[in-house]
Amino acid sequence: MKQLLLLIVLMSFSCKDSPKKVEKKINKEKTILSLDLEVYDYDGLKPLLNKQDGKVHVVNFWATWCAPCVKELPYFEKINAEYEEKNVEMLLVSLDFPRQYDKSLKPFLKKKDLKSRVVCLDDVDQNRWIPAIDSTWSGAIPATIIYKGDKRKFYEKSFTYEELETEVQQFLN
Amino acid sequence: MKTLKLLAAFVCFIGLTAFTVTTDSGYKVGDVATDFSLENIDGKMVSLSDYKSAKGFIVIFTCNTCPYAVAYEDRIVALDKKYASKGYPVIAIMPNDTDVKPGDNMQAMQARAKAKGFTFPYLMDKGQKIYPQYGATKTPHVYILEKSDKGNIVQYIGAIDDNYQDASLVKTKYAENAVDALLAGKEVAQKTTRAIGCSIKTK
Repeated sequence: MKQLLLLIVLMSFSCKDSPKKVEKKINKEKTILSLDLEVYDYDGLKPLLNKQDGKVHVVNFWATWCAPCVKELPYFEKINAEYEEKNVEMLLVSLDFPRQYDKSLKPFLKKKDLKSRVVCLDDVDQNRWIPAIDSTWSGAIPATIIYKGDKRKFYEKSFTYEELETEVQQFLN
Repeated sequence: MKTLKLLAAFVCFIGLTAFTVTTDSGYKVGDVATDFSLENIDGKMVSLSDYKSAKGFIVIFTCNTCPYAVAYEDRIVALDKKYASKGYPVIAIMPNDTDVKPGDNMQAMQARAKAKGFTFPYLMDKGQKIYPQYGATKTPHVYILEKSDKGNIVQYIGAIDDNYQDASLVKTKYAENAVDALLAGKEVAQKTTRAIGCSIKTK
């Protein structure tokens, strides 16, 4: 009898427990999926690559599936943290495939909690916008633009933090 | 004075060559492409010169691990099926350093080729000697070569088509148009195009 009671108590516990857990998980997924992405085609993105506001703009093209991009993201975050007050504005342009937004990009953004502004470029007509962004860009990522007013440099390469900081500082002087 | 002039000329020359080196990496349309001897997934060595009856080649630098390359796999198979019999076979070359990208090693290449039913050689650029000569920077990166008396002439460099996301929404098939023009004895209308790809992995 005692044992039966124990069993009932145990069962009621587990019954109480499991729906809560499921609910919690669903909520978590909901918050990830409800994360709003700024998605642009090239015409929408273009003004962000040509701001005339006296600030130094660092624009990095990346994707969650691009290992060297993910590796250098913390350096861009660090520049953003340390130079934001010195008139440096960071923009991370994700080239993730739209069908991967929910599955890969949103969970990634949630997990990494990036402080820099992240936008998505969804424009299949790459042959139009790649040369428009820079005539020398072959299309490989990571790729980065640093500009201030009309002064502009394009980099089709990976950065170390020191390299990136040196480049940014050239624009600050 | 004379030495100064000479020095100026020398500096100028150095400057010029330095400049040429940086901007002249890889082939441009019209250049003669190098042949190679690279290991295929079946263990045999493959060279362009093995293809006696070919009129040219669709050389594609591609790999297992890049989502853009994966998105194009079926279309690369379709290209080979359509054009190999017409004299333009696909030659796929995997350019990544496999220590950096183990997912592109020989076993992985064999598995991928089997799973996708590759009808063309899938070669390993072991030592990464070939892709820099072509000037490939990413996967996928296409070079269409036309066989001539002078060698294999580069006639097209760039993307396969204009929609990496959805083959059914492609408007312009750049690579097919280029091969069609060459087969018809015409000049390729659009000789270079650009597309996003994964940078080729090196140590």
